Amino acid sequence: MNAPVVPSPRAAGDAPVLAIDDLTVTLGTRNGPARAVAGVDWSVAPGRTLALVGESGSGKSMTVLAATGLAPRSATVTGRVRLLGRELTTMSEPERRRWRGRHVGFVFQDPMTTLNPVLTVGRQVTEACEEHLGMSRRQARARAVELLDLVGIPAPDRRVDAHPHQFSGGMRQRVVIAMALACEPELLIADEPTTALDVTTQAQIVELVADLRRRLGTAVVWITHDLGVVAGIADTVAVMYGGRIVEQGPVDAVFGAPGHPYTRALLAARPRPGAAGEELAAIPGAPPSPLALPDGCAFWPRCPVRGDARCAHELPPLTPITPGHRVRTFYPLPDGPSTGDGPSTGDGPSTGDGPSIGGGPSIGGGPATGDGRRVSGDREQLHREDR
Amino acid sequence: MSTATVAEIDDLTVWFPSSGGPPVRAVDGVSLTVRAGETLGLVGESGSGKSTTGLALLRLVDPTTGRIRVGGQDVTGWSRRRLRGLRRRVAMVFQDPQASLDPRLTVGASITEPLVVHRLAGSADARRRRVAELLDLVGLRPETAGRHPHELSGGQRQRVGIARALAGEPDLIVLDEPIASLDLSVQAQIMNLLRRLQRDLGLTYLFIAHDLAAVEHLSDRIAVMYLGRIVETGTPAQLWREPAHPYTAALLSAVPVADPRVERDRRRIILSGELPSPTDPPSGCRFRTRCPQARAACAGTDPPMVEVAPGHRAACLYAGEAVRAMAADPPPVTGAPR
Repeated sequence: MNAPVVPSPRAAGDAPVLAIDDLTVTLGTRNGPARAVAGVDWSVAPGRTLALVGESGSGKSMTVLAATGLAPRSATVTGRVRLLGRELTTMSEPERRRWRGRHVGFVFQDPMTTLNPVLTVGRQVTEACEEHLGMSRRQARARAVELLDLVGIPAPDRRVDAHPHQFSGGMRQRVVIAMALACEPELLIADEPTTALDVTTQAQIVELVADLRRRLGTAVVWITHDLGVVAGIADTVAVMYGGRIVEQGPVDAVFGAPGHPYTRALLAARPRPGAAGEELAAIPGAPPSPLALPDGCAFWPRCPVRGDARCAHELPPLTPITPGHRVRTFYPLPDGPSTGDGPSTGDGPSTGDGPSIGGGPSIGGGPATGDGRRVSGDREQLHREDR
Repeated sequence: MSTATVAEIDDLTVWFPSSGGPPVRAVDGVSLTVRAGETLGLVGESGSGKSTTGLALLRLVDPTTGRIRVGGQDVTGWSRRRLRGLRRRVAMVFQDPQASLDPRLTVGASITEPLVVHRLAGSADARRRRVAELLDLVGLRPETAGRHPHELSGGQRQRVGIARALAGEPDLIVLDEPIASLDLSVQAQIMNLLRRLQRDLGLTYLFIAHDLAAVEHLSDRIAVMYLGRIVETGTPAQLWREPAHPYTAALLSAVPVADPRVERDRRRIILSGELPSPTDPPSGCRFRTRCPQARAACAGTDPPMVEVAPGHRAACLYAGEAVRAMAADPPPVTGAPR
């Protein structure tokens, strides 16, 4: 590559940096096809942070890997993905690699999967720049020092020659962030970047990324299972379950007035400060395997609202409940204590003011459970053999 | 003290040799008392020595100096053979049930193992009944006995780990990060289970975790560790409302809260620098190199634990005062990232 060192083409105004439309990923596994991601739509604008939230197997990581052309070979990917206005899915592999390398930086959970233990961090930070920006070795080294300084590594002019093992976990993750930012990408994809870190180090990294985003105008897609981190970093949130988005919207709406029973149940299941000693509102069962997803709502077997046969067999569409806030359920639960007399049927909690739906102790199925012991019959078959 | 003491750690040090250099002082002067029927939470970040302290209690690592008493007996010098008895009285639940269960054994065989080792439930029939009873206690069906770990979900595997720990009817269970590797939607199930078992069976827990919300939820008392030392002990309410040690205050302020409105207005104490090496801890107060309120005296004096309120102790020369000064003097305190 001999591209000159010029600022990369910034996306104009609020045009999305990355826009994903109807993305579906099917993985070929020994046990048959696994629908890892199904019909996912979202976009992220310059300088904004989208949080992709979900548990293991929800498809959150696979969504971004497939979108950026990094899905495993066994994957069948359909849908449209536009990065800075260009369609990625129809590009040739070398072209996509170039476009991605130039415009997207990645940070993964374990910095050692990204860092090469035998190279100095300086070489690694600028490796991509040299390729994509056509820098000389000397320019690259100077740029490496600058980047290490940017991400808060003390004495960067000395540390540039150190090897990864000479850094702590938090400092390694800073090096990876420096690497990710080396080409001045318009988009930073961070996949559980703080999960392996201690909470005080996590606070440092969260602060660092938020600051870089403000200063550089980078769009950020932050994948995490930690709702606390999401509350601190996100502008918009997409909650995934069983390969689909079940709730999506501005962070205040999703946390303040969650409309999907899963989102509500997740928020309610966390211990609340000052409420020690109370029974937690546990969700019965376990997240579904992508190999055995039900036809209808994937959360139905564990759902406190429980719905009816329709939930089991018919996929609820992602429906707006307020502008920009969409929920994939037949039974969106409006916020506030006066509601809850909605279409809740079956043997679920018949009323239920906001917080206690998915929040009351009965949700977990009584004190002895929280493990879904009351789950029975066809629900059970749907749901492996958790109880 | 009115309540019986189940276990007592007195001025424990655990140093590990490191190749060519000074030893790693993983635990460096820790004293703890676990009382019957309580949950003592032990929190700290990686490298704080909290897990090593738990392992030392089971004598799974050897203390360098100090004493460990379990049920009034000094077990510090016990031989390997006598330790078998100790491990019936102190059981452990590990973080990763996948790693702590033998993949080749059925669930039933895994739970039977401690029954055989400790010569409990004599006949094969009695053992089968006991396994079924233990499975029921942890909310698993009797048929689960015939399954292998890989056929179970993470939450179910952790239930098996807990059943195994219960097998010997221990006086104390050391829970080392028991929910850390579980899915969010499953963590509450296991926390509820642990609480119910404690209530029904009168169990005593040493709950080691880095998840401060979980520790607050389950613990009666909490000890905060930093670099091989306990820096503060108290009830969850005492620590959350009025932390007396600057490290506790920083740690609690770093915990994200799942509420964007709270996070936006949050004042967070971002610690600068790195955890010093446990081979060469700082002189005086170990936290002073990162403490926003460090003063000259902190380098020269190793601060003793002082009582700041009944049942609330902190190892800081300026206990309470330093935290209040941090709140009043914001330089190292930043707003929540937005």
